[in-house]
Amino acid sequence: MNMIDYIGALPEILLLALLCVVLLVGVFSTDEDQNAAYWLAQFALLAVFVANTNIGARTRLVLFDGMYIRDSMAIVLKDFILAFAIIGLVYARDYLRARRIVSAEFYVLALMAILGMMVLVSAGSLLTVYLGLELLSLSLYAMVAMHRNSAAASEAAMKYFVVGALASGLLLYGISMLYGITGSVDIGIVRNALAGSGGNPLATYALVFIVAGVAFKLGAVPFHMWIPDVYEGAPTAVTMFIATAPKITAFAMAMRLLVDGLQPLALDWQVMLTWLAVGSMLLGNIVAIVQSNIKRMLAYSTIAHMGFLLLGVLSANTGGYAGAMFYAIVYALMTLGAFGVVMLVAGEGSAEADRILDFKGLAQRSPWFALVMLIMMFSLAGVPPFAGFWAKWFVIKEVIAAGYVWLAGLAVLSSIIGAYYYLQVIRMMYFEQPEYIGEVHASGDMEIALSANGVAVLLLGVMPGLLMAVCIAAMRG
Amino acid sequence: MIPLSNYLVLGAALFCLSVAGIFINRKNVIVLLMCIELMLLAVNMNFIAFSHYLGDLTGQVFVFFILTVAAAESAIGLAILVVVFRNRRTINVVDLNAMKG
Repeated sequence: MNMIDYIGALPEILLLALLCVVLLVGVFSTDEDQNAAYWLAQFALLAVFVANTNIGARTRLVLFDGMYIRDSMAIVLKDFILAFAIIGLVYARDYLRARRIVSAEFYVLALMAILGMMVLVSAGSLLTVYLGLELLSLSLYAMVAMHRNSAAASEAAMKYFVVGALASGLLLYGISMLYGITGSVDIGIVRNALAGSGGNPLATYALVFIVAGVAFKLGAVPFHMWIPDVYEGAPTAVTMFIATAPKITAFAMAMRLLVDGLQPLALDWQVMLTWLAVGSMLLGNIVAIVQSNIKRMLAYSTIAHMGFLLLGVLSANTGGYAGAMFYAIVYALMTLGAFGVVMLVAGEGSAEADRILDFKGLAQRSPWFALVMLIMMFSLAGVPPFAGFWAKWFVIKEVIAAGYVWLAGLAVLSSIIGAYYYLQVIRMMYFEQPEYIGEVHASGDMEIALSANGVAVLLLGVMPGLLMAVCIAAMRG
Repeated sequence: MIPLSNYLVLGAALFCLSVAGIFINRKNVIVLLMCIELMLLAVNMNFIAFSHYLGDLTGQVFVFFILTVAAAESAIGLAILVVVFRNRRTINVVDLNAMKG
């Protein structure tokens, strides 16, 4: 082990050190709003972002005896995870403060979850995948339960915990079988061993468990049942956190396990992912229609979007992976904005504004934020010229090129069904009279962040090539 | 010498028992936590058997990591259980049904 290993992993090491500082500040601070912890957490994320962007060349580095990989996919995905976390903390702050559930632990757990995501994105061995995944999941369980006096939050945390633990168990069982077949947990060695052995039925057996574990983390049908309850029960700030960066991470996990490790079994996992994608797109979009709670509606919309993301992965070529990566990033960006507005509408009181009816007449109460929500909803529905349209376009194009024309037809059909419930929110905002009178208040930094978020979705819709070029470059190497 | 397949069958049986326990159990959340623990132990059984028969130490190291993470996982699970009990005065699985749809 030499110095280059530690320099390559400096972003993670820096994050770990700074989150310990945040924890200490939280312990000794008497400030009720935990401002010091908040600013330190933001500083930590920014510092790690800078370190991650600037350290070393953009060539592929394999460090710590193959446990840790720093390639351009990892660098790009980590940058987006950190950037979305920074914006997410800005949105979360006022919400937590108004509900008096702000605590330094929230920031510490968020940073730990991000550390877990960074480890998972850079995983070069099945052991690293497992450890990163658990660091992420354990932090998220605690964050969901953070609102101690809310019965819904504690119930959601319990469900999330049990289902998440089951998912890790399935994944681990698959990993143990892979280890037995190949004699190694290094993803590269596993791949070579599988390619050499040819159609080993035990490998397919292991693959089933690994796909199930990945599908649980993505929230694809039939492993989706935790998503609606967790989204609804958790405090909105935590829901937003779960809905954004971890989805990018789940994509990275699918790439590391299925593409880097189990490429020789591509024909098998293509079939499995096809059915997961079909189920997710149909069930997500259809069940979302009948929801009256916006967090629950966005939960089913997540399930549908993960189906679309899988379309890119199951194409099993560089273009498809780049399309899926574009999808994951754009999806996280749109959801971040949508939950930002949901938290804003919830306002200063302790109540949640999570019924779709609470959006009635938002255009009169706050034209600007209604416009941001309009952009997010149109983009999630896949209406051009917003970013969500291009995300769908790229994956559908690739899936047709891979020969699944019927699947592309189904995807288009399901997104037409899906447009209904997004437009429903827009109708509430623009064509209904408000139930509550009065402006929607936003602090200055939240207003700037939310506006930037809306503009980013619009800008990526006009110039999707910018991000797509980054994704393709990341996939090439 | 006991053949490898015996260990694998034992691991698979334990794994199936624990998954069945998670789905069938309707009474008590603590039993769920026990099932989760059993599932991880079933995986450990696999790892150790493979490690021994392959003559490779990696599997045993992996088991140490799983055991450590399982301890952290139980700690968080029990903490959530305490919060659930405080809010609802019950740890019955069928009563965890406030959210539907």
